[in-house]
Amino acid sequence: MPRCRGVRAWPGCRGWSRGASLLASRTPPPRAVTLLLPRGIPVRSSSLPLFSDAMPGPTQLFFPLIRNCELSRIYGTACYCHHKHLCCSSPYLPQSRLRYTSHPAYATFCRPKDNWWQYTQGRRYASTPQKFYLTPPQVNSILKANEYSFKVPEFDGKNVSSVLGFDSNQLPANAPIEDRRSAATCLQTRGMLLGVFDGHAGCACSQAVSERLFYYIAVSLLPHETLLEIENAVESGRALLPILQWHKHPNDYFSKEASKLYFNSLRTYWQELIDLNTGESTDIDVKEALINAFKRLDNDISLEAQVGDPNSFLNYLVLRVAFSGATACVAHVDGVDLHVANTGDSRAMLGVQEEDGSWSAVTLSNDHNAQNERELERLKLEHPKNEAKSVVKQDRLLGLLMPFRAFGDVKFKWSIDLQKRVIESGPDQLNDNEYTKFIPPNYYTPPYLTAEPEVTYHRLRPQDKFLVLATDGLWETMHRQDVVRIVGEYLTGMHHQQPIAVGGYKVTLGQMHGLLTERRAKMSSVFEDQNAATHLIRHAVGNNEFGAVDHERLSKMLSLPEELARMYRDDITIIVVQFNSHVVGAYQNQE
Amino acid sequence: MFYWLLSVVRRQRIRRGWQKWSSARSGASVAEAHSVALPTQAQVVICGGGIMGTSVAYHLSKMGWKDIVLLEQGRLAAGSTRFCAGILSTARHLTIEQKMADYSNKLYHQLEQETGIQTGVQIYDRTSVLHVIVKKGQVTGVETDKGQIQCQYFVNCAGQWAYELGLSNEEPVSIPLHACEHFYLLTRPLETPLQSNTPTIVDTDGRIYIRNWQGGILSGGFEKNPKPIFTEGKNQLEIQNLQEDWDHFEPLLSSLLRRMPQLETLEIMKLVNCPETFTPDMRCIMGESPSVQGYFVLAGMNSAGLSFGGGAGKYLAEWMMHGYPSENVWELDLKRFGALQSSRTFLRHRVMEVMPLLYDLKVPRWDFQTGRQLRTSPLYDRLDAQGARWMEKHGFERPKYFVPPDKDLLALEQSKTFYKPDWFDIVESEVKCCKEAVCVIDMSSFTKFEITSTGDQALEILQYLFSNDLDVPVGHIVHTGMLNEGGGYENDCSIARLSKRSFFMISPTDQQVHCWAWLKKHMPQDSNLLLEDVTWKYTALNLIGPRAVDVLSELSYAPMTPDHFPSLFCKEMSVGYANGIRVMSMTHTGEPGFMLYIPIEYALHVYNEVMSVGQKYGIRNAGYYALRSLRIEKFFAFWGQDLNTLTTPLECGRESWVKLEKGMDFIGRDALLQQKQNGVYKRFTMFILDDHDTDLDLWPWWGEPIYRNGQYVGKTTSSAYSYTLERHVCLGFVHNFSEDTGEEQVVTTDFINRGEYEIDIAGHRFQAKAKLYPVASLVTHKRRKDDVELSDLHGK
Repeated sequence: MPRCRGVRAWPGCRGWSRGASLLASRTPPPRAVTLLLPRGIPVRSSSLPLFSDAMPGPTQLFFPLIRNCELSRIYGTACYCHHKHLCCSSPYLPQSRLRYTSHPAYATFCRPKDNWWQYTQGRRYASTPQKFYLTPPQVNSILKANEYSFKVPEFDGKNVSSVLGFDSNQLPANAPIEDRRSAATCLQTRGMLLGVFDGHAGCACSQAVSERLFYYIAVSLLPHETLLEIENAVESGRALLPILQWHKHPNDYFSKEASKLYFNSLRTYWQELIDLNTGESTDIDVKEALINAFKRLDNDISLEAQVGDPNSFLNYLVLRVAFSGATACVAHVDGVDLHVANTGDSRAMLGVQEEDGSWSAVTLSNDHNAQNERELERLKLEHPKNEAKSVVKQDRLLGLLMPFRAFGDVKFKWSIDLQKRVIESGPDQLNDNEYTKFIPPNYYTPPYLTAEPEVTYHRLRPQDKFLVLATDGLWETMHRQDVVRIVGEYLTGMHHQQPIAVGGYKVTLGQMHGLLTERRAKMSSVFEDQNAATHLIRHAVGNNEFGAVDHERLSKMLSLPEELARMYRDDITIIVVQFNSHVVGAYQNQE
Repeated sequence: MFYWLLSVVRRQRIRRGWQKWSSARSGASVAEAHSVALPTQAQVVICGGGIMGTSVAYHLSKMGWKDIVLLEQGRLAAGSTRFCAGILSTARHLTIEQKMADYSNKLYHQLEQETGIQTGVQIYDRTSVLHVIVKKGQVTGVETDKGQIQCQYFVNCAGQWAYELGLSNEEPVSIPLHACEHFYLLTRPLETPLQSNTPTIVDTDGRIYIRNWQGGILSGGFEKNPKPIFTEGKNQLEIQNLQEDWDHFEPLLSSLLRRMPQLETLEIMKLVNCPETFTPDMRCIMGESPSVQGYFVLAGMNSAGLSFGGGAGKYLAEWMMHGYPSENVWELDLKRFGALQSSRTFLRHRVMEVMPLLYDLKVPRWDFQTGRQLRTSPLYDRLDAQGARWMEKHGFERPKYFVPPDKDLLALEQSKTFYKPDWFDIVESEVKCCKEAVCVIDMSSFTKFEITSTGDQALEILQYLFSNDLDVPVGHIVHTGMLNEGGGYENDCSIARLSKRSFFMISPTDQQVHCWAWLKKHMPQDSNLLLEDVTWKYTALNLIGPRAVDVLSELSYAPMTPDHFPSLFCKEMSVGYANGIRVMSMTHTGEPGFMLYIPIEYALHVYNEVMSVGQKYGIRNAGYYALRSLRIEKFFAFWGQDLNTLTTPLECGRESWVKLEKGMDFIGRDALLQQKQNGVYKRFTMFILDDHDTDLDLWPWWGEPIYRNGQYVGKTTSSAYSYTLERHVCLGFVHNFSEDTGEEQVVTTDFINRGEYEIDIAGHRFQAKAKLYPVASLVTHKRRKDDVELSDLHGK
């Protein structure tokens, strides 16, 4: 049974400001919009395309309509089964949820009784023929719009990196998407950095983290002399040593406006690192560097919001960054040394090929959420005993936030005083916003939230073929074992199927031909994608109950209006890093 | 068949055939040579005991050289020679390939009778060549894992390993080739075993070949998605253990069963993986290294080793013995490549395109798509943005034509045709613009050398190497041939005398390696004589057309009329802001205009100035196809296409470019004197097709047979549509074969003029008029000012 979590009730709630203000004006809340599902009750997907027909205009127009209408009337007129296939073949809808409840009122809706299921049971829906399909090329163009591949360049036919390259992709559910991804090669130290970032309450924080975190990590890894050299170059106006080589999809943008501000914060960081240096050159510990970088960046985000900026645009930006949040899952690969730093509920999964060719998944990160006993324990220990019941409620931090660790989210970090002060002195947009003004309930002993990552180390072996980094949008639709198997079979392509050898058996040309045709058909779905991440998304969104991609289902899922998409799935962001077994093996042999 | 060849070489006969695998492998028939000490000295050392190495050895010994050592790192006739499918096909694309295959075919039959002849070739197997010892640019010996052998000649017949072996030298010899996996299937016999005379079938649509093998079949093919292998270089052992890859073979198996469904019940014996070697242009590689004398190469057979083995070995043996082969082998010459084709990445990518091409329809004017944009002019991006479509020569991108913004061409695949191509109208407007206004063509790819000396050394050596008289006043340009002893063209170039002691030489693009090697070989070691390759230093713009004069004089504030700037004249002057531009009054087309040789840093400036000033004269970009049409209708022969090492100036009406009495000897003079006395045996002739319908008939390209009074007399070497004559023009050589004996006889002007000619295009003969001189109406006349009309005001 899937974990059914909060389903987003108001598709209009995309940015934190708009969604929150929309809700704030709505009293009392009509039951129709409490789509929150009780845990463990399967929901027929047939009920969900409810609004698709009644969605001609902007959502904002639509909701007043619901509010003023009698529920049954809406159902009677607007509910057709436009997703026949989903009705029939899907036992439950892909669980989706809102990771961050935007209003305290919302949390109070979350009574298990109020469930969609009950509303839909009594309803009869008329079945109308399917009118709207995406063709396979259209599906492909949607799936491939954000795909990106990077191959580590070969030098004279010899590849010395343990990373062959990576594929990445993302599929939005929110509009705009709140997930971000980053990938870069460290230029002044060895190694490659890859990360996925899942934003909530808007994309400001995930955007900022995706631009900045790798610089913080890279700087943390730099030896003292290099830091000095860079600082001296800045001081004397000389050209700087480049630190990172980014590998970006054209849609992965950097904010030009904040670039100067971000640089200054980063420079302060390395200046402190220079000052802290005791003179003895010690080996830099990657784990420590990762933890320091995460904490420092979160600290800088918080500080920048407190200090503000004379430029009103920037001032608003740093506040938006600080008041929104983001999880981060970052991998650092250097030779056979793989470190994963995780904050929140994205996940890093290692694909291991066993000797018999089968695939198994090794989890390299722990989710920081209510499903993690150790996290629950940690939170309870960090706060007084009398808060034991309120610190995590309904599997959410203070009853509100699903991830237990995150960047930004100063609402869970700052004191009430500080929050009020910053909001009051902040720009009007901030002041007008109901959400920012709202203080979480039972807020006694902040901070409740940290960006400190949990770092795992893994020494790569030749059987470790790839690493999947993905936001929870993937993991909640697919089991990790399936994820690894699908990627594994994709990457090895033909080779995974045991090569055929005739040796000794009586085989006719006809038999062989039949066998080969069969094998090719099996592989053809793989060949549709040139990108492992795209292939995974195709499965995540389009898998039927037999674990095979169903085009009709895929087409329907992708043709959902953007306001509805969020009900069926979360943003999905995936990076698949492929390792070079030869190089990894060579490392092993050296010892 | 190669076994016969080997057996002759080894004075021992092994029965051929697959059933003898094991015996070949056991090496029972090979003397246990590896235990025997190597000789310390030999005239020739051949590396590679495959069909190529043994064929070279056989021919050398047959021609009289007795001191030959053949080294093989594994067993004799292993590698592709052992595993190859054993098909000899004499239907080849190039004339020279055809000749090699025909010869091989005859030789293999003849060899059956020849066994047991003393050859004097010593064979050592399980001996690896480590590297070749070179002193002062000359081979002196070979270092092997069993010791050193002193030698004068080294022959690299190492097949797939030829590339690695070439690079192992201190002075690397670049031999651009790369291996791809190649699969074929063997089955058990049919119920009624196939007869040994069952014909071999090639189904190019299905990309497969099928032949009888021990009553069953052997079938392989050349798939669309080849698997390059050994990019990093591998040792011999791996070739023995290559995996069968049935999934990769599936498309070929499907097409086999589609063509012959009855074979379904045949039982599989095995799938053989036998790597084949391919070259960047699908032609094999032979000849002497341009940098190391005495270092010969024969490799890169593109899956046709058995077909070419005999002939290729013969030509290489002749080449080693006489300094040149008996046929023109420029198309196969190692010197057509330079170091620039030697990148592993380039080769890996290119052979993936070459291998499928083996069974593809090869259409004229086909450009390779991989391994492009290596050498470009500084104007590349500018021209590309204006619609340039590109072709590549010697790694250099050259514009073919410019697609106007409002025009669409067919997709690459659809544009393949033997008929009128889709660019016809585009080139027409470019040609018209050259005739009526002015066009600019980027011709930077031409090979450019400078020869300077402190005294008269430069003039002296050039006078000796070139047939025309170069002792001309400073500023003059001379068209001249660089001839060999036989009077044939080694190169055809234009030389400008920059000063008393320095010369600027312009040759075709693909002459960069060959011409350099020829000059180096013949130039004395003299520190006062300097040869420099300045190809990369200059961007060349060709301003063609009656208005070129106006554009240039406006840009330079200098009078450019023929009175001030006569034809075939060279002057350094300023163009726009840029100084030191070499302006030459020639266009390589016979049209009026100028070549500008511009130091590259000024290229963009000069181009922009030319285009902006030229606007009011109707200037536009043009490409090589327009140039080609212009030069062919003017009866201009081009080296590499029309001219080669076996054609002399007298055979193509260029007596005026040869100064037999210039007061000193030059290479080829004796041959020309003799030819002048005896007459020529072939004559370069221009044909104008009469009843050819440009829109509906197949076009002539090159290689079409020429008939005189119904008798075959030769083949065309190039052709183009002349937009001025509104006819196709073909150029080609006319021979005079004796009706009785087939022997070649003297060709006189009279013989040419008194014939009725036809050109055979794909089986259809078209009437043609033969001409020995350009059509008079095409000879440029000066444009008169009052000829201007309204249409001249339109932008072209």
